[in-house]
Amino acid sequence: MGILLVGMSHKTAPVELREKLSMPDESLSDLLTNLKSENVPECLILSTCNRVEILAHCTNPEKGIDEIKNFLSAQHQTTAADLEPHVYIQEGETAVRHIFEVASSLDSMVVGEPQILGQIKNAYTIASENQTSGLILNRLMHKAFSVAKRVKTETRIAQNAVSISYAAVELAKKIFEDLGEKTVMLIGAGEMIELAARHLMNNGAKSILVTNRTYSRAVELAQEFNGSAIRFDSFTDSLIRTDIIISSTGSPHYILNHHDVKEVLHQRRNKPILMIDIAVPRDLDPEINKIDNVYLYDIDDLQSVVDTNIQEREKEAEKAYEIVAEEVQTFLRWIASLDVTPMIVLLRERFEQIRQEELQKTLPRLNGISEKEKKDIETMAIAMINKILHGPLKALKTHSNQDDKDTLIQIIKEIFQLHDSEKE
Amino acid sequence: MILKIALFFYLLSTINCLIYFVAPKKSLGRIYLFSAIIGFILHTASIVLEYTQLGHIPVTNFQEGMSFLSWTIILVFLILEFRYKILILGSFIIPLAFVSLLYPALLAHEARELSPLLQSSWLVFHVSLAFLGDAAFALAFAISIMYILQENQLKARRFGSTFRKLPSLEVLDALNHRVITIGFLLLTLGIITGALWARSTLGSYIQGDPREIWSIITWVIYAALLHGRFTVGWRGRRSAIMAIVGFAVLVFAFVSINLFMPSYHNPERF
Repeated sequence: MGILLVGMSHKTAPVELREKLSMPDESLSDLLTNLKSENVPECLILSTCNRVEILAHCTNPEKGIDEIKNFLSAQHQTTAADLEPHVYIQEGETAVRHIFEVASSLDSMVVGEPQILGQIKNAYTIASENQTSGLILNRLMHKAFSVAKRVKTETRIAQNAVSISYAAVELAKKIFEDLGEKTVMLIGAGEMIELAARHLMNNGAKSILVTNRTYSRAVELAQEFNGSAIRFDSFTDSLIRTDIIISSTGSPHYILNHHDVKEVLHQRRNKPILMIDIAVPRDLDPEINKIDNVYLYDIDDLQSVVDTNIQEREKEAEKAYEIVAEEVQTFLRWIASLDVTPMIVLLRERFEQIRQEELQKTLPRLNGISEKEKKDIETMAIAMINKILHGPLKALKTHSNQDDKDTLIQIIKEIFQLHDSEKE
Repeated sequence: MILKIALFFYLLSTINCLIYFVAPKKSLGRIYLFSAIIGFILHTASIVLEYTQLGHIPVTNFQEGMSFLSWTIILVFLILEFRYKILILGSFIIPLAFVSLLYPALLAHEARELSPLLQSSWLVFHVSLAFLGDAAFALAFAISIMYILQENQLKARRFGSTFRKLPSLEVLDALNHRVITIGFLLLTLGIITGALWARSTLGSYIQGDPREIWSIITWVIYAALLHGRFTVGWRGRRSAIMAIVGFAVLVFAFVSINLFMPSYHNPERF
């Protein structure tokens, strides 16, 4: 069928090579125009930080492979031999399956992460703008988008947190229903604590308290989060109104112990507190978790949330592979319907059907004609059909080995209203 | 016969809500809820039919009582479901209603003459209030089990499927509190109407009947629970455990009084 995919991804190539090959969006137009040739009428370039892939529809796939490989090595001043061990080449059915899997985020570094679909859509838009996407790639890419959508709605592949900073939100949401009325206290600073706070705010948290040994740093961070800064030496005074604590200080010993928290809980009349300790060594005494209505998690616990969720995603991925397999078959049926021979059969069947219908309508109404006259009418109908079909059939046969065959088939299907078995 | 069909739908609902707990698919949730609603409509029809045949509300023996309790449990569940839409709740409560209905639906029902003492319009008020209160406590029991399950997952760091399926602690605790408050109000009104009725028929507010005593014990347990919450913040796990204990006492009293103790709350032995 001539669908071809040549590329490399995080699974086959180290980052040094991937970054060398990566192609910025601005240059894609020129690159696509360069790549397009008589043998490669349709092509698309997908370049992300995790993969560089070229999807093409070629008249002669073997020649196409060489052209694409040469294109890759020429473009990036590497030798074909350097690329060889890292490049995968997929043809026909496997290429279709691969692009469906990529779009559904089954081939991603973190299975289920949604960014890849947007990147593919972007790659396709650029290809369409440069007219390097035609009948086959248009259909293939639209199918890939719909497969990705099916996978997203029918499986739970992208549902749970797979990053440590987001795992904090997941825990918070199992303890508190609505984060909007909760107060979050950030103790310390650092990338992780900021990320976790950012996620909590995106999920509704509004009231943020920030404390730090260096007060000015606390003020700075508080401004960033639209919260208020409190002094480190008296942060325990604010615990009574704090529902979620995220702690990440460089302190060598615990900054909160069992006794302090027990006292706070009593003052809060047992309103639950979620404590997240991402510091190593830990800031919060693990004994605190034994207090009723206090839920304390350290960095390893967050990692275990992430691990469980990744396992869950992998389970869901199996369902996704089934969906992909089903859709690959649908697509292959459509491709097959583009072949010349079945097209000729279809066309003949359609006309034969028309002839039968019309004869059945007309013959009974003609009273008193002889058998011979009846035969003559039937023969005349056959002759008419053959004359009408002569043009289209000749065109199909002469174009059967040319690139524009698919377009021709599509046009014939359209004007004669032929519908094949493919369900859409 | 209608009751048996209702039981069949509760069975269907029970099976589906248990599968729903293992594999929470929306379609399963819809099936179990739908079967529960059909079961409930049939169950209601059966109670109305009995009412017209007997001329009084069918709650005057153990069989009828169990059936009525099962009906009120489903009623309260459906109200909560439509209000809060926590589908997983059904997995914990529908089996309970189904089991309660087993005995009344499968055993032949013998109608008996009702003692003239009980033939009073007090019967409807007193009994409906008391049973609705019991049903609210049954729901609190189910919610408490969910709370403790979810709390255990959180404390023991088990972030698997049970953790994902159950609602947040905050929602469970708030719902539990609401249901217990309503149950407590109904029980209080049930006790008051009972006392007034006893006064008008038997001459004094309290007769020392086992049911009266056990009702007061139950009332004290739930009163302590609510009081603790308002004053020192008994919430979450502690309040869930008390709701489970309260319900256990209630079930014990219900079954033992009806089966073993002489009580005018049990006309078959009265």
